[in-house]
Amino acid sequence: MSLLSPWRADFPGILALEAEGQTYLDSAATAQKPQAMLDALLAYYSSGSANVHRAQHLPGERATRAFEACREQLGKWLNAQSSAHVIFTQGATSAFNLLAYGLEHLFQPGDELVISALEHHANLLPWQQLALRQNLKLVVLPLDTARRIDLEAASKLVGPRTRLLAVSQLSNVIGCWQPVAQLLALARAHDALTVVDGAQGAVHGRHDMQQLDCDFYVFSSHKIYGPDGVGVLYGKPEALAQLRHWQFGGEMVRDADYLDAAFNPAPLGFEAGTPPISSVIALGATLDYLNQLDHQAVTAFEQALHQQLMAGLAARDGITLLGQPNIALASFVVDGVHNADLAQLLTEQGIAVRAGQHCAMPLMKQLGLGGAIRVSLGLYNNGSDLERFFGALDNALDILR
Amino acid sequence: MTSPHPLSPGAAQALDAFQQAGSWEQRARLLMQWGEKLEPLSDSQRVEENRVHGCESQVWLVAEQVDQQWQFRAAGEARLIRGLLALLLVRVNGLDSQALAQLDLNDWFNQLGLARQLSPSRSNGLNAVLKRMRELASAA
Repeated sequence: MSLLSPWRADFPGILALEAEGQTYLDSAATAQKPQAMLDALLAYYSSGSANVHRAQHLPGERATRAFEACREQLGKWLNAQSSAHVIFTQGATSAFNLLAYGLEHLFQPGDELVISALEHHANLLPWQQLALRQNLKLVVLPLDTARRIDLEAASKLVGPRTRLLAVSQLSNVIGCWQPVAQLLALARAHDALTVVDGAQGAVHGRHDMQQLDCDFYVFSSHKIYGPDGVGVLYGKPEALAQLRHWQFGGEMVRDADYLDAAFNPAPLGFEAGTPPISSVIALGATLDYLNQLDHQAVTAFEQALHQQLMAGLAARDGITLLGQPNIALASFVVDGVHNADLAQLLTEQGIAVRAGQHCAMPLMKQLGLGGAIRVSLGLYNNGSDLERFFGALDNALDILR
Repeated sequence: MTSPHPLSPGAAQALDAFQQAGSWEQRARLLMQWGEKLEPLSDSQRVEENRVHGCESQVWLVAEQVDQQWQFRAAGEARLIRGLLALLLVRVNGLDSQALAQLDLNDWFNQLGLARQLSPSRSNGLNAVLKRMRELASAA
């Protein structure tokens, strides 16, 4: 019996793509959206839009309430002490940049910033460029043979000069949970700030900020079935208090004169200009939708899909996995076949997977690969999506080998 | 189509073969066959200077003009892009600068049934190759 997602019908996008002959297996890049989110987006615009936090009029008040309701939901979703610890950004990338500029004043030349070898460019380049600007040392934690961050090496590399650790919870290439709790403990022992990249992890399971105990946690709305254009930056209150203001403009200012100004604290002080109001409201609808699902059922279903993916890849000759994926996705290469050729022939057959370097060029260079194919799953995928993928893979390899 | 730049015998042969291909599998096999015809570049030509950036796989393109006529040569790591390169070269080699500038290469790939290979989101690199080719030709 093929796996059937009980939630597939809630996602018009996946049904539309199926009707078009497209098998969508690229949810780690961006996810399809539930009808509830589309309804909320339309309802906001069609009932009269207004700016938030500014106007005293009724439409403005309504928009502000709906906007702030999403912040409340996120606070609960993350089990933050307060929703005031949640900042809306334009995306996860923009949240990392906010951190790299907002924390810059804390670092002295020679201080060390620690990342890992598997970071997405979004959690690498802002720190790399900060290190170059301020003459800091960027320390890159190596991976072990399973392509997890090597804890033994980390225990030697995280030290008294470490001022910040920024690591991914779940790699977008390797697809396995990283030992974040242990890494955070190492950093805390040296009073270093901690940043967790939850871009891939946030959609798989619920993450309790008080339990995780990181200083900052970052994820993007569009990968957890919400609209694009919104990122979420959670910060502990004492960590948020250390952030210098970064982008300047409307609504982030408390008092302005021609020659100087005073700024609001977090969260509003870090939300300069008109925020993505409709998207934030629609993200709230997505969270409502996700909240009413049976989380154990979702996790069990995603695991079953992932096992089907892993079994199918293991059953075929010449396939090498990148690391040991245990959730959400798997990346692989095929002996003697260029990933660009394979990607092209999968595309010809309506299979939407990701090929290439996955915004992790240094990792791919370290693995000695020019690219890889990545299959990634959402809660709306059926077992038949994977069956179609494997059929197409076999056809493509027949032609290419 | 009446063209001021008639097809070379090789291009006419390609057009004939691809127009008879009825399925994606046949087109893929043909592309790989054409890719095999690509004359290899030497190691000294497969260098950074000749690399075309913006391709998912590595591609190199070199150009020379002999008696006003362009002669391009190309290499690629992946087999299907090699086929696309061969189909490009068979159409453009031997043209002078003016003819090259006037040539509608979208139309050429469209006639071959390969128009989708030129869509902007494709990362196979054919678009990047065409751009590089025009830069090389206009810099001469």
